[in-house]
Amino acid sequence: MKRNLVIIGGGPAGLAAAIGAYDEGERDILILEREPNLGGILNQCIHNGFGLHTFKEELTGPEYASRFIREVKARNIEYKLNTTVIKLSGEKRVTAVNETDGLMNIDARAVILACGCRERPRGAINIAGCRSAGIFSAGTAQKLVNMEGYMPGKEVVILGSGDIGLIMARRMTSEGAVVKAVVELMPYSSGLNRNIVQCLNDFNIPLKFSHTVVDIKGNGRVKSVVIAPVDEKLNPIMDKAEEISCDCLLLSVGLLPENELAKQAGIALSPVTGGAEVDENMMTLSDGVFECGNVLHVHDLVDFVSEESAHAGKCAARYIAGKIESGSERIKIGTFGGVRYCVPEYVYRGKASEGIGLKMRVNNVYRKVRIKVVADGVEIAGKNKQIVTPGEMETLSLTAEQADKLKNASDVSVGLEVK
Amino acid sequence: MREMICICCPMGCRMTVEKTADGYLVTGNTCPRGKAYAIDEMTAPKRMVTSSVPVDGGNFKMVSVKTAVSIPKELIFKALDSLKGVRMTAPVKEGDVVVKNTAGSGVDFIATRNVDKC
Ligand SMILES: Cc1cc2nc3c(=O)[nH]c(=O)nc-3n(C[C@H](O)[C@H](O)[C@H](O)COP(=O)(O)OP(=O)(O)OC[C@H]3O[C@@H](n4cnc5c(N)ncnc54)[C@H](O)[C@@H]3O)c2cc1C
Ligand code: SF4
Repeated sequence: MKRNLVIIGGGPAGLAAAIGAYDEGERDILILEREPNLGGILNQCIHNGFGLHTFKEELTGPEYASRFIREVKARNIEYKLNTTVIKLSGEKRVTAVNETDGLMNIDARAVILACGCRERPRGAINIAGCRSAGIFSAGTAQKLVNMEGYMPGKEVVILGSGDIGLIMARRMTSEGAVVKAVVELMPYSSGLNRNIVQCLNDFNIPLKFSHTVVDIKGNGRVKSVVIAPVDEKLNPIMDKAEEISCDCLLLSVGLLPENELAKQAGIALSPVTGGAEVDENMMTLSDGVFECGNVLHVHDLVDFVSEESAHAGKCAARYIAGKIESGSERIKIGTFGGVRYCVPEYVYRGKASEGIGLKMRVNNVYRKVRIKVVADGVEIAGKNKQIVTPGEMETLSLTAEQADKLKNASDVSVGLEVK
Repeated sequence: MREMICICCPMGCRMTVEKTADGYLVTGNTCPRGKAYAIDEMTAPKRMVTSSVPVDGGNFKMVSVKTAVSIPKELIFKALDSLKGVRMTAPVKEGDVVVKNTAGSGVDFIATRNVDKC
């Protein structure tokens, strides 16, 4: 089978990319989604807090998703559910399976990877103790409570203060469980402030910074966990350890982009984001393969996912129409002063006819800073911020004129100047 | 003076609120919603409550719900109690009323997704 544009993943990223491509004139689009419904992770995010930037109102996850699903349906964009992509080759051949079509090989002119991310499992963080029942990742618990109506425990300890952990602290509390503590290794939370306010403070749930779980006790079922403060080198101080009885431990220790397909296809990944390295068109270093959303880098706000993905869709349509020249010279955007990464990682040399949006994350909490883009030693764009934190993605939009300077410099970087 | 974080949108602006002779002085907000929120938090804090309830005969096992608008913070648990034992039957449409006037707040719990019959 031959298709112009194949989009892998029907979450907010895939949906926005499809709409973006359609609105740029592309009509031959196919979305492949492994779940029985479009909407991705938003189906289980039943809390409010989505879409204020896009729709100027505060929606729940399912409501936000349904707006995009309606737009996709209104355009008659084709999608296949219960369809898993099992392989992507370097030649843009997509191999997918489902019950009705069996095994499909689709040769695409452009592919957009919009596969989202997955949770870091327990194995990735190494806690000692029993392999008891009652240990869940926070996202799994979210799916159980919100989609299956099943409560994973009554007395809960949560390790990690990422957004999913915070959201689940409130959710478990509202379903009658007691959340005894949220334990965070770092001296700050990687979650959004509003979640700390609304999910923990509102319910007097203690948040223990610079603490970790050092042992899990219980045969068969979790009976307690032992937590201890950590020193500056993050080593636990064992003589200050305390035992907390609980029947459930939730892990909210981070998300990892789901890049198995990209790896197979030999696409260069960034060691920092775990996603592909892309240029300002959201194209990976593999010609005609684009990436957007959480598979590219973990976003905390779905609004930014939609915006980034609509742009990726638009660029993919332009690529198919032969309106993007590829293969010309690229410059890498460097980082300095506390910026961990910047997406896109590359820009093409040449004339900029439109602006470029930069997204970045910092490695620590900094106050009173200027985020700036420097081209050949001169600041070409920047903005002042009262505070930046690792939990909140920062963005900087360059006008066409500023983008032009970026594309024609020999050395470009983005970073923080602490005032 | 109280410090607070605006939760009206994901920006999470850090604000300070000071009581003045004729009201409150809010600083640090980026937009007027922040000011309104700060004053509300001082006088009558409100929260939107979300949950989900079982649904029979649909393509989802549970239907997600929310209070149509924010309700007084002290009513959160009473509102959640009003959902206990509630079951819906498919089809359910986004916006359908699930519980009327929850906890006497004058606000309804409404469905936040479509559940099709199957
Ligand atoms: C618990 C939680 C709470 C959040 N809270 C907020 C919030 O309050 N406000 C906010 O703005 N944002 C929030 N976010 C962030 C936002 O939901 C995500 O950034 C957004 O959903 C990412 O969209 P995505 O399309 O990249 O990924 P996903 O939503 O994960 O979608 C990816 C899709 O790809 C499919 N897929 C993956 N691999 C394959 C394959 N091989 N074949 C076929 N299909 C495949 C998956 O099934 C999935 O449907 C939250 C996220 C989580 C996890
Ligand atoms: S003040 Fe405005 S911009 Fe800032 S968090 Fe509140 S609603 Fe958002």
